[in-house]
Amino acid sequence: MQSLPVIPLADLKSGESATISALKAGRNINARLSTLGFTPGVMIYMTHNYGHGPIVVTVRDTRIALGRGEAQTILVTREKE
Amino acid sequence: MNLYHEFRQRSDLNGIKADTLTIALAGQPNMGKSTIFNLLTGLNQHVGNWPGKTVEKKEGEFQHNDHTIHLIDLPGTYSLSANSPEEIIARNFILKEKPDLVVAVVSAANLERSLYLVSELIVLETPLMIVLNMIDVAEQEGFTVDAKILQAAIGVPVIPMIASRASGVRGLLDYFDQFIEGKLEFYPRLPKISADHQHVKELIDQLIDGFVPDFYPKNWASMKLLEGDPEIYDILKSVLPLERWEMIDDILKQHEDAGLAIASGRYEWIERNVRAAVNRPKLGQVGLTDRLDRFATHPIGGLILLAVILGLTFWLTFSIGTPIQEWMDSKILVPLGTLAQVWLIDAPAWVISLVVDGVIGGVGAVVTFLPIIIIFFAAFGFLEDIGYMARAAYVMDNFMHWMGLHGKSFLPLFLGFGCNVPAVMGTRVIESWPARILTIILAPFVPCSARLAVIAFLAPAFFGSNAFLISWGLILSSIVILMIVGVILNKIFFKGERTAFIMELPLYHIPNLRSAMLLIWQRSLSFLKHAGTIILMMSIVVWALSEFPGGNLETSFLAQIGNFVAPVGEWMGLDWKLTVALITSFMAKENAIATLGVLYGRTAEFGLLETISMTYSPAVGLAFMVVTLLFIPCAATVAAIKQETGSWKWTMANIVLMLAVSIGVASGVYAIASRLGL
Repeated sequence: MQSLPVIPLADLKSGESATISALKAGRNINARLSTLGFTPGVMIYMTHNYGHGPIVVTVRDTRIALGRGEAQTILVTREKE
Repeated sequence: MNLYHEFRQRSDLNGIKADTLTIALAGQPNMGKSTIFNLLTGLNQHVGNWPGKTVEKKEGEFQHNDHTIHLIDLPGTYSLSANSPEEIIARNFILKEKPDLVVAVVSAANLERSLYLVSELIVLETPLMIVLNMIDVAEQEGFTVDAKILQAAIGVPVIPMIASRASGVRGLLDYFDQFIEGKLEFYPRLPKISADHQHVKELIDQLIDGFVPDFYPKNWASMKLLEGDPEIYDILKSVLPLERWEMIDDILKQHEDAGLAIASGRYEWIERNVRAAVNRPKLGQVGLTDRLDRFATHPIGGLILLAVILGLTFWLTFSIGTPIQEWMDSKILVPLGTLAQVWLIDAPAWVISLVVDGVIGGVGAVVTFLPIIIIFFAAFGFLEDIGYMARAAYVMDNFMHWMGLHGKSFLPLFLGFGCNVPAVMGTRVIESWPARILTIILAPFVPCSARLAVIAFLAPAFFGSNAFLISWGLILSSIVILMIVGVILNKIFFKGERTAFIMELPLYHIPNLRSAMLLIWQRSLSFLKHAGTIILMMSIVVWALSEFPGGNLETSFLAQIGNFVAPVGEWMGLDWKLTVALITSFMAKENAIATLGVLYGRTAEFGLLETISMTYSPAVGLAFMVVTLLFIPCAATVAAIKQETGSWKWTMANIVLMLAVSIGVASGVYAIASRLGL
């Protein structure tokens, strides 16, 4: 299987799913994110992304609002359709 | 497995012999933990602060069969790291105070996420039970969870509950009985660091062996080191021999990503445990929360909804609260004053004045605000409990960014419309210290119900039928000023720093009425305590200033102060009477009216409103309303700011800032308004 492109979470559109591949924020933010369930390999669903402002994602059945800046530091690979 | 064995021994149950046992309630936010606490303890609870911290501590007691159960409500935290005071309090309580039992509350609707805290609690070697709460919310979202399978997988008791309907309490108490009698089996399976870092963990385990203080489990201490926990790092650094420590420090530096491996390991443990127990909704099935959120979190729709909800909250608060307030004033306070005069008929005149004008007048005026504040708290609490407030914070995030804050700061600021004191205390939800300080400084700019009442009273005197428009204009202006001040402060003092915005949007659910009432009761009680102490003291001080030296207000110290600062008052068009009214508003904002009542009430044959409207021009009235809205925070708020910031420097800075802004803006308004011929 050819490897899928890695993109920032903020680039996902509403309704798209992806798999988290890495967290690239600082140590503290990474710790907070991983506590909430953002760990490499987990499925993540973009609930709301209006192209600007904060986003809402669903990870491990929990809806979490993230600033766009934070969403840039989470790297994901899109689920294949 | 070594640790498993140790654990087994500690909780190898011969039963609890003592009459009292201590149970700690742990859980993440939004799990219904407080509801369970309230169900068990009822009114028999005490709310205070953890020693030396501005974190709320709730404890309570209840009798069960022959035992007194002492219940501690640990702060709601997502994990047990050392990133916040709440987390440090929770873990140190369990490790050092050693409760007999820890009850962890998890939500069936967010099972994986909420078990994360359990994955941390289970390694602490204290007997653990899990309450599986919110089964109804899970069903509403399409999930079912089998408690028995979960119990078999994790190896500790799992008790299903729907706390909001008080269902499952008996089951929980039965488990307490079995625990006390020593009939419970604990065979917990513990999470491990993910496989790629196992060797690093073993290395650390060997290096710290024999040096870890007694109350820290060794396995836990090495996990925390790898997570980069600053507290455990410092403690172990101080007890380990230097060369050993240097080896550890090297390993830690090479494996900065170990924290992620530990979190991953915990989630692997969770996934294994829930796999068989959870039935997920079918793909494409949209739960209630997602359906409501399509509107509630929409960038435009969400703002409209928020505006409607805020409008309704205000309307409800003032249309129910104001008549009650007026009733209390005329049917309780006035008769109480008359009664006191009768009782004290033989007392010296100054004692009568102290009791009637100082104590009943000052404290009473504040107490009559209680209905308004209770209704506002109730509305706010309801919106919070059903899960809406997080959405409000989310849609406000963009606006808060202008001030370098994020959505979470909106919640305490909104609470400020009721009363600034809980607003300042409510800033505890903000993780970052600079953002919290900034929010505290901005909170007094939110016009509280007392100031809104002053505006509602004065506006008709100067602007007749336009009063409503003017009032709204003034309120909007003070919010605009709040934002301008916020933007400037952020640029100058906080260097435009942005803090991370990460916030859970809880599932919508119907709250427990009893628990909600209890929260309102507690908030009202703490407001009354403030009224009882600080405001009583301030009332007496202001009364003394207005009574002495001659017993005549116009020659009193207060009038002298008024005359002394009158030149400043003149910038805003205020005479000494209005200036004094403004100064007394420091005690409690609504005193502005009370003072004017005293100054004009004795002589006039007209009502206060008519007298004022005949005495002052609309320009003066406008300037007075503006300066009252923005003036230095009331005494109770100042005390709250000091308590929450722990610093006189920030408290004084806040006072000076508001003094400058209020006088500056009101002077400007007066200059423009009088130019316009008002």
